[in-house]
Amino acid sequence: MLGKLTIDALPYYSDIAVGGAVIIVLGALGVVALITWLGQWRYLWTEWLTSLDHKKIGIMYVALALIMLVRGFIDAMMMRTQQAVALDSDGYLPPDHFDQVFTSHATIMVFFVAMPFLVGLFNVVVPQQIGARDVAFPFMNSVSLWLTASGAALVMISLVIGRFSTAGWSAYPPYSEAQFSPGVGVDYWVWAILVGGVGSMLTGINVLVTIVKRRAPGMRLMMMPLFTWTALCTSILIVFAFPALTVAAALLGLDRYLGMHFFTDGDGGNVMTYINLFWIWGHPEVYILLLPAFGIYSEIVATFSGKRLFGYESLVYATAVITVLSLSVSLHHFFTMGAGSDVNAFFGRVAPLVAAPTGVMIFDWLFTMYRGRVRFSVPMLFTLGFIVTFVIGGMTGVLLAVAPVDYLMHDTTFLVAHFHNMMVPGALFGYLAGYQYWFPKAFGFRLEEKWGRRAFWAWIVGFYLAFIPLYILGFMGMPGRLERYYVAGWQPYLIVAEFGALFILCGIIFLGVQLAVSIRDRVALAVSTGDPWDGRTLEWATASPPAAYNFAVVPHVHGIDAWWVMKQAGTAGHRPARFHDIIMPDDSSAGVVLGAMSFVFAFAMIWQIWWLAAVGGLGLFAAVLSQTFRDHAGHRIPASEVEAIESRRTMAPALAPGAPM
Amino acid sequence: MTDAVVTAGAGEETEAERALDERAYGFWIYLMSDAIIFALLLATFVVMSHSTADGPGGQTLFRLPHTFAKTMLLLASSTTFGFASVAIAAGQRRRSLAWLSVTFLLGLGFLAMGISEFYGMAVAGAGPWRSGFLSAFFTLVGTHGIHVSVGLVWIVLLGCEVALRGLNPFVASRLCRLGLFWHFLDIVWIGIFSVVYLPGIL
Repeated sequence: MLGKLTIDALPYYSDIAVGGAVIIVLGALGVVALITWLGQWRYLWTEWLTSLDHKKIGIMYVALALIMLVRGFIDAMMMRTQQAVALDSDGYLPPDHFDQVFTSHATIMVFFVAMPFLVGLFNVVVPQQIGARDVAFPFMNSVSLWLTASGAALVMISLVIGRFSTAGWSAYPPYSEAQFSPGVGVDYWVWAILVGGVGSMLTGINVLVTIVKRRAPGMRLMMMPLFTWTALCTSILIVFAFPALTVAAALLGLDRYLGMHFFTDGDGGNVMTYINLFWIWGHPEVYILLLPAFGIYSEIVATFSGKRLFGYESLVYATAVITVLSLSVSLHHFFTMGAGSDVNAFFGRVAPLVAAPTGVMIFDWLFTMYRGRVRFSVPMLFTLGFIVTFVIGGMTGVLLAVAPVDYLMHDTTFLVAHFHNMMVPGALFGYLAGYQYWFPKAFGFRLEEKWGRRAFWAWIVGFYLAFIPLYILGFMGMPGRLERYYVAGWQPYLIVAEFGALFILCGIIFLGVQLAVSIRDRVALAVSTGDPWDGRTLEWATASPPAAYNFAVVPHVHGIDAWWVMKQAGTAGHRPARFHDIIMPDDSSAGVVLGAMSFVFAFAMIWQIWWLAAVGGLGLFAAVLSQTFRDHAGHRIPASEVEAIESRRTMAPALAPGAPM
Repeated sequence: MTDAVVTAGAGEETEAERALDERAYGFWIYLMSDAIIFALLLATFVVMSHSTADGPGGQTLFRLPHTFAKTMLLLASSTTFGFASVAIAAGQRRRSLAWLSVTFLLGLGFLAMGISEFYGMAVAGAGPWRSGFLSAFFTLVGTHGIHVSVGLVWIVLLGCEVALRGLNPFVASRLCRLGLFWHFLDIVWIGIFSVVYLPGIL
C-alpha cells in the first residue's frame, strides 16, 4: 500500500536531523497559519500562484531562490562547523548525516538557488528590455516555475521523510548505484534533478523564442542590452546542455529501478559514461550560471558610470565565444579519470582559452568605469567586489586546467575554493547585484542603502575568510568532503573558514534586515519616476512596478541604450497620442496543478507507491490536456483602461512626497 | 541568423499569426533538444556495444526481416502523414481524418512489433538487466518507442479535435507540429536502424 514508506522513514538516526525536520515542519505550518490568519489564501491563489504575468512569475522564482539560499547556507554552516571541530574526533555530525549535508548543499545551491535566481531575473527583466509585453509562452512559464518548485520541495521533504543522497551533488556511480546506496537518498536526487531539469529546459526554450521573436520593432540583435544577450546565450546553452543531465540522471535511475547496467560495477557497466554525460551538461552549466551574472554586471557598470558600455560589440562576441567554448571543455572536470594523455592534452589546451573572452569582459568593464562618474551604490559595490575577486578565481582555474597540476589538486579543497570563487563572487554576487538593481523595477521602491552596504561587506569579507584558507589547505593536501581528519595543522585554517561562514551568515541576515527596513520605509524609498538609477535600457521606460502589459505603446528602437537615447532626445515619457486595446493571457491554475502532480508522481516513484504514481501521472496528463486545446486564453484590456492606467502614472510624480533620487 | 530572425516582431502580423509562428519556432527548438537526447543515447549505445558481459550480442538477437518490416511500417506511416498534411492544407476534413487513421494504424503496428521483439528478447534471457549492451539497446529503442506512443496518443487527440471542431488555423498548426514530431521520429529511427541493427546483423 505505501511501498517502501514506513514509520522508519522518520529521521530518528540523528538528533540534529530530527531538529531539522521539526524546523521544516513547523516552518511550513507557520506559513500556512500566517496566511490563514491574514485571510490571504484567495489573494495568494488568484494574484500569484495562478498568475501568468512574467513579472510575478519572476518574483516568485527569486523568492524561491532566496528561501533555498537560506537552506543551502545552513548546510554550509553545518559543514564548516563540523570541519572546525572534527580534529581527531567525531565532531557533532554522524558520517552519514555529514554526507547528506554536503550533497544537499551543492544540489540546492546549483539547482534551486542559482537556477531559479537567474531565471527569475530573466523573467522580470528580459521582456521589458526588449520592449515586449510578455514572454512567448506564458503558460509554459508558469509550468517551469512550478516544476522547479516541485523539485525544490522534493529536496526539502527528504529532510523529514527518509534521507537525502550521500553521493555528492554529482552522484557519481558506482557509489550512487543501488548496490552501494540502497536507500531512497539517490532516488530523491534523481527525481529532483529530472523534475527541476524539465522546468529549466522549458525556460530555455521560452526565453530563446521570446528574445528571437518578440523584440520591439527596430531592435536588431546588435542593439540588444547585454543582459538580454547573456539571456539568449544562456538559453541556447540550456537547450543544448540540459538533455545531457536528463539522460545521465535517467540512466542512473534505470540502473537503480530496473537493474540495468549502464554504470554498475561489472556486467558491462561503464562509470565513465556517466561522468562524460554529467559534465557534457556540467560544464555548460557553469556558464549558464555565470553568463547572466556577466550581463547584470554589464548593465550595472554602464548605468552607475553614466556611460555607454565600453566595447559593446566585444562584450557580445566574448559572450558568444564563451558560449561555444563552454560546450567543448567538459573533460577538464575529470583529467584524473585516465582518459589518456592525448585527450587530456587537448582539453588542457582548450580550457584556459575561456580566460581570453572573460579577460576581454573585465577590461571592458574597467574601461567603462574609466573617466565615468561612478556612483558607488550597492549594486555597484557587488560588481566591484566581483571584478576583483573573480580574477583570483580565474587564475586558479587556469592553474587547474594544467592537467599535471590537476593531478595534484584534484579533489582537494583547492578545487572547492576555486569553484566557490567562480560561483559566489562570480554568479551569486551578480544575482544579488541584479536583485538590488531591479528591485525598484519590480516593486516601485528601492532597497535601503545602509543595510545593503553592510550586507555587501559581510559577504565579501566572509567570502575571503571562508575560501582563501581552503586554497591554502588544498596546497597542504587536504581532500574535500572530509568528515573528520587527523592533521593538527589544518585546524587553524578551518577555524578561520568557520569565521568566514559566520560573516556570510551576517550578510544573509543583513539582506533580510534590508528587506524588512525597506518595506517599512517604502514610502520614503518610493521611485516615483520609475527610473531610480538613471538607467539606459528599455526596462526603465515602463512604470515601476510595471502595468500588466508593460508598454502601453510598443517603442521603436534605433540603437543600443534605447531608453537613454529617448531621454537625451527628450521623447522619454511622452504620452502617446492614441491608446489601443491590449490582449493579455488569462491566469491559469493548470501550471500549479501540474507542478503539484509532478511532485506527487516523483514522491510516489521514490517510495515505490505505484498506485500513487499512477494518480500523479494521470493528474499530469489531465493538466496538460486541459491546456492543449485552448486557443484564445486571453482577455482584452480596453484602450480606455490602458489610458486610465497611464494617466495615473504620469500624475504620480506630482503626488509623491519628496521623491528621492 | 537569417533575415527572419533580425526583423522579427514587426507590427503587421496579427497576434494570432504571431503566436502560431512562435509555437512552430519553439517546437523546432524542442525537437533539437530531443535530438540531443537521442544522440546521447546513441553514443551511449555505441560505447556499450561490446559490453555484452558474456551475454548475447546483436548478431544473435536481431533478425533482419523483423526489423526491416518494422522500419517499413514506420516509413510508410510518415508517407501517409504526408498525405494527411496535403489534405489538411487543402481543408479536406474527411480525407485528412482517413489518412491520420492510416498513420495511426501503421504506427500502432510498428509499436506492436517493437513490443513483441522486446518481449521475445526478455523471455529468452536477454532483458535489459542482462548486460550493459542490452541496457543501452532497450533504453535507446524504448525511448523511441515511448515517443511513438506519445505520437499515437497525440494523433488520437488531434483526430478527435478535427472531427469535432473542423480544420481551423489553430488545429492545422497543431497538426503541423505533430507532423514535425512524427517525421522527426522517422529520422531518429533511421539512425537507430543504421547504427544499432545493421552493424549487428551484417
